[in-house]
Amino acid sequence: MTDIEKNSGAARIEINGEPRHVAPGATLADVLKLIGAPKSGFAVEKNGDIVPKSRHASEEIREGDRLEIVTFVGGG
Amino acid sequence: MANVNPSAVDPAAKNPSAQTDALRVGDLVFTSRLFVGTGKYKSFEQMVSALDASGTVCVTVAVRRAKLGAPKGESLLDHIDRNRYSLLPNTAGCYTADDAVRTAQLAREAGLSEIIKLEVLGDEKTLLPDPLATLEAAKILVKDGFKVFVYTSDDPILARRLEDAGVAAVMPAGSPIGSGQGILNPQNIRIIVENAKIPVIVDAGVGTASDVAIAMELGIGGVLLNTAIADASDPILMARAMRLACDSGRLAWLAGRMPKKAYGAASSPKEGLSKISKN
Repeated sequence: MTDIEKNSGAARIEINGEPRHVAPGATLADVLKLIGAPKSGFAVEKNGDIVPKSRHASEEIREGDRLEIVTFVGGG
Repeated sequence: MANVNPSAVDPAAKNPSAQTDALRVGDLVFTSRLFVGTGKYKSFEQMVSALDASGTVCVTVAVRRAKLGAPKGESLLDHIDRNRYSLLPNTAGCYTADDAVRTAQLAREAGLSEIIKLEVLGDEKTLLPDPLATLEAAKILVKDGFKVFVYTSDDPILARRLEDAGVAAVMPAGSPIGSGQGILNPQNIRIIVENAKIPVIVDAGVGTASDVAIAMELGIGGVLLNTAIADASDPILMARAMRLACDSGRLAWLAGRMPKKAYGAASSPKEGLSKISKN
């Protein structure tokens, strides 16, 4: 995260309700790599819409985007 | 009438094994009739052992925000052998049809599977299902291609409406979630089973092994439980008890129980009693 945050043109976004900064022009795949998301077993919503895995590499992240990243936890 | 004994019509049922007596939900085959939740265990290690002891082949999971930057080994999926267990994601914690539909869609994206345990609750105190919102969400999810296992109250008419909506299985509650009160209204469960053409799985309320046996003796397809295992003093031992109870209840149902009688009926012959004659 540090090198991107140093970038003055960083885009402010929100991931699971927490503020984050990413490089301008970053894709969703870049962001997922950056935050250490697992390779499978998770889903991503951008601004309320699910982004399918096939689009992670092409989906551009912009200033103000809200990402929700969910996974499976213990439950009944 | 309640005792529709399937062994009378299905020869394979006379000598049931996990394979010949598998539960079929649509095109899905379950060689164990016990569905076990993955919540509330003290550790992943304990959960893994309990799942193993229960004999289940399908476990429920919840959908929640991922912990960002969590080290490897801390995620639930790192501890579940996907070759052994299929995942049944739930919409637990949803109180509106919209929330439940959204959660189901996220679960499908995360798990790459169409099966979902639909749960729309009415309030946080009772955790009872909201019947109207549940039916509404069920209709949307069926239309969207989901195989819906729907958690519902033990109301037979609602169960029928859900079946009409196209769900894969109806899952009436034995009693409120996590309450351990057992099967409060076996008569309603029996009516649901008699009317349904799809599998009936009792979900929620089981407290101990006999509850599972009682439920299975009603002729249901299976039982889903979590807390009764996880909150037992020895969850692994209880998981084994649940497995045996599930098998026992199922076999008793297939065997067809004797009718209840108002009075005693001797098992030993009345005739031929030996009498000692003394002078």
